[in-house]
Amino acid sequence: MAKNIDPSKHDLVPKHTLLSDKEKEELFARYRITFFDLPRIEKTDPAITHLNAKSGDVIKIIRKSKTAGEAVYYRGV
Amino acid sequence: MTEEYQQFVHKQVSSLVFGLLPPNMIKKMAAAKIVTPELYDKEGYPVDGGLMDIRLGVIDPGLRCKTCGGKLKECIGHFGYIELARPIIHFKFVDIVYNLLRATCFDCGRGLMQQADIDKWTARLIKIEQDQGLEERRDKTKEILVELKKTQKCPHCKAQQPKVVFEKPTTFLENEKRISPIEIRTRLEKIPDQDLELLGMKQPFVRPEWMVLTVMPIPPVTMRPSITLETGERSEDDLTHKLGDIVRINQRLFENINAGAPEIIIEDLWDLLQYHVTTFFDNEVPQVPPARHRSGQPLKTITARIKSKEGRIRHNLAGKRTNFSARTVISPDPLIELNEVGVPNVVAMKLTVPERVTEWNKDYLLNYVKLGPTKYPGANYIVRPDGKKKKITDETKEQLLEEIQPGYLVERHLIDGDIAIFNRQPSLHKMSMMCHRIRVLPGKTFRLNPAVCHPYNADFDGDEMNLHVPQTEEARAEAETLMMVQTQLISPRYGLAIIGCTQDAVSGNYLLTKYGEYPRQDAIDLLFKIGADDTMMSRLPHKKTVTGREIFSALLPDEFSFSGTALDGTKVEIVNGQLVEGHMDLATLGGEGKGMMLRKFNKDYGGAKTLVLIGMLMKLGIFTLQKEGLTTALSDTDLPQETQDAIDEILVKANETVEDYIQKYRKGELEPLPGRNIKDTVELEIIKTLNRARNEIGKLAAKSVAPRGGSVVMINSGARGKSINLALIAACVGQQALRGKRIERGYTDRTLSSFKRNDLGTAAHGFVKQGYSQGMTPQEFFFMAMTGRDALMDTALRTPKSGYLYRRLANALQDLRVEYDHSVRDAAGRIVEFLYGDDGIDVSKSEKGKIDVTKIMEMAR
Repeated sequence: MAKNIDPSKHDLVPKHTLLSDKEKEELFARYRITFFDLPRIEKTDPAITHLNAKSGDVIKIIRKSKTAGEAVYYRGV
Repeated sequence: MTEEYQQFVHKQVSSLVFGLLPPNMIKKMAAAKIVTPELYDKEGYPVDGGLMDIRLGVIDPGLRCKTCGGKLKECIGHFGYIELARPIIHFKFVDIVYNLLRATCFDCGRGLMQQADIDKWTARLIKIEQDQGLEERRDKTKEILVELKKTQKCPHCKAQQPKVVFEKPTTFLENEKRISPIEIRTRLEKIPDQDLELLGMKQPFVRPEWMVLTVMPIPPVTMRPSITLETGERSEDDLTHKLGDIVRINQRLFENINAGAPEIIIEDLWDLLQYHVTTFFDNEVPQVPPARHRSGQPLKTITARIKSKEGRIRHNLAGKRTNFSARTVISPDPLIELNEVGVPNVVAMKLTVPERVTEWNKDYLLNYVKLGPTKYPGANYIVRPDGKKKKITDETKEQLLEEIQPGYLVERHLIDGDIAIFNRQPSLHKMSMMCHRIRVLPGKTFRLNPAVCHPYNADFDGDEMNLHVPQTEEARAEAETLMMVQTQLISPRYGLAIIGCTQDAVSGNYLLTKYGEYPRQDAIDLLFKIGADDTMMSRLPHKKTVTGREIFSALLPDEFSFSGTALDGTKVEIVNGQLVEGHMDLATLGGEGKGMMLRKFNKDYGGAKTLVLIGMLMKLGIFTLQKEGLTTALSDTDLPQETQDAIDEILVKANETVEDYIQKYRKGELEPLPGRNIKDTVELEIIKTLNRARNEIGKLAAKSVAPRGGSVVMINSGARGKSINLALIAACVGQQALRGKRIERGYTDRTLSSFKRNDLGTAAHGFVKQGYSQGMTPQEFFFMAMTGRDALMDTALRTPKSGYLYRRLANALQDLRVEYDHSVRDAAGRIVEFLYGDDGIDVSKSEKGKIDVTKIMEMAR
């Protein structure tokens, strides 16, 4: 029935984007962390299936926040 | 773990393995072999090879341990062992033994599974452990066990498996014949290591035959010390008694076996030994009579020591208890400062503060010692530089006074101004533990200023609170800078004042600033009473009569300005320390995230000054009321006749509207609301009509009561009560609701037998026309009782549930912290949130979670 819905286009689904290697390095350096210190997201998460992320990738999420309007969040795949 | 910390870690525990003690290990770690049940010889000296053997450690002061040479507190004790004449099954492992007997072949000892399957499963288990962790592996092991137990025929030696039956507590039967522990042990020995891995026993740490004891470790005497009674008699520990039984029976068994006694006698003794060993480990085994003292009270053996609420873990390890603390009932005292706590004399003389003697304070401290423990303010102990503690008594006092010199510690009684941490459970937020200064007062309760009730969530209906006295300079400094009441005025939850004026203080200030006008003399009197200083006094204008606002303004510093709104929406304006417009009420003075003036004051002048101001305002309010008088009476709720008539009219009209709806519904003319059926629609409309009527009545009632009546003052100032409460009393209680609906339960098709069936009217479904002051009809009263009970049950059930929910949340979040880069991380340094709260705002430094930059700019200018 609702098979062809693309969740990434939905209003309530925050914007997910893939980080490039360079951006990844910058992120790790800024927080002085390794990949394993990041929060996680499943490779099969409906919101990122269209990105075809591999494990080891980092996803940047821009979401709406009650307190700050827009908030940036990162998750390791 | 972040890199910076890595260098401090010298050794890291990577894993823990739990295993069993093999017999040779028990022998190796033993300091003595125990052979005789006797404890002491004729001289009262411990027998060699007895249970109190001095090689097992020392429990008498002065003696030295024969094994390690340590004295009483240096030697932690050493194990011994006894050789059991016959093997004994360890009770705590019978379940595992039973499983093993059924899962392995009785003849060849192999696991009842094809060799190929065993290999396959072993490999699979290793993979599961790697991928999913130990927990999963354990679950899988259980499945394998079930599989093995089903097999009837050994796939290795083709032997048909007999059925093993386990008879509680420690007997195993095979073909209705008993298997002796010797037989069991030989069978367990035969099981190969590889098959054991399959059953969840790590090699070489666990061999199943070790579950059947051939030697038994004897715990050191330090773990079972004997007590010397006043009569000089020695009383042994329960464990020693039990061990005595074991050794005695064991010796008898040895003798009988050596003497070639008949098998029956040996069997009996063997069973008896089994019983003793079982009860030594656990004296509460079902179907085993507990071993008892001669007095008939059961012995406390090893399991009882560890297990349950009074056991070692929950009582001693998890149940931490503090010294230098006191607990008693609390009561209010608005005349002490907010950051003070009234401590009763008895408590002040029990709790102490250690003070180091120096050349300069020697005389001062000697005064305490002179008074001793019985007179206040005295001292209870002195501590010599070598750490010896001496009690001050009438006999030792003279000598101690001579002895004291710089370097000694004097543990003196609490005096005014000492630091203490005050706490009320449940400690749900950091304001549940705050630091107060001690004020020693007569009486037997802790006294606290009613303004600090709110952060503690305390009231005085019998609440008790705890008081802790920090014992070191560091602890005191920490408590003072981090936990003092004045540092906690702003709640980190919403960034607004949490401590403010309460109750009478609010209504007092309200009356003062709204209506107050006094002769100058009275005003000065009032200011003196609240402890105003000269500067404040001088702010009082030189007029014959001064207004309440001027008295109030006297407390404010000259530069302080504030503008805001009162509860009723009117403007409040303070310009240069003068209240020029409006009046004070809960919205400006209150705590609980309300008092905006206090928030501003705190920002401008800091916690300490705000604290003093709140204290003074509290007193100002209270003394104003003492002058004015404030009371509440039923006459507050009297309504003029016109209002009464108007209310009646509203009720009649509402009733008519309801009847109208019912008529329409009966005739089927009612249009259903979207998504509802007709029945729901009529209900909804009725409820709507009745609520509207009630609100109208409430407004009417609130409008027409006398404005200076006690109840109204309290309501308007925000001190206590809402205008709804007044309407409830004066005019109309309104609809009683059960589960969000009108009352429907009771008899068939009606709520009470005094109504007609299928009556949809207002009265028949719990609308209470009367106010409390007019009284209710029996039917109305009954309906109120229904909702009353419902509300009572609801709160009684909800409180523990939400408390537990909160506890789980707090425990889950307890070691998260905000790092310097504003990210939120857990204990291992993993990121939880990249920017604290998505906006990086410290709520306690904000106002309601927001920071108004333009306002700050203006202030800077």
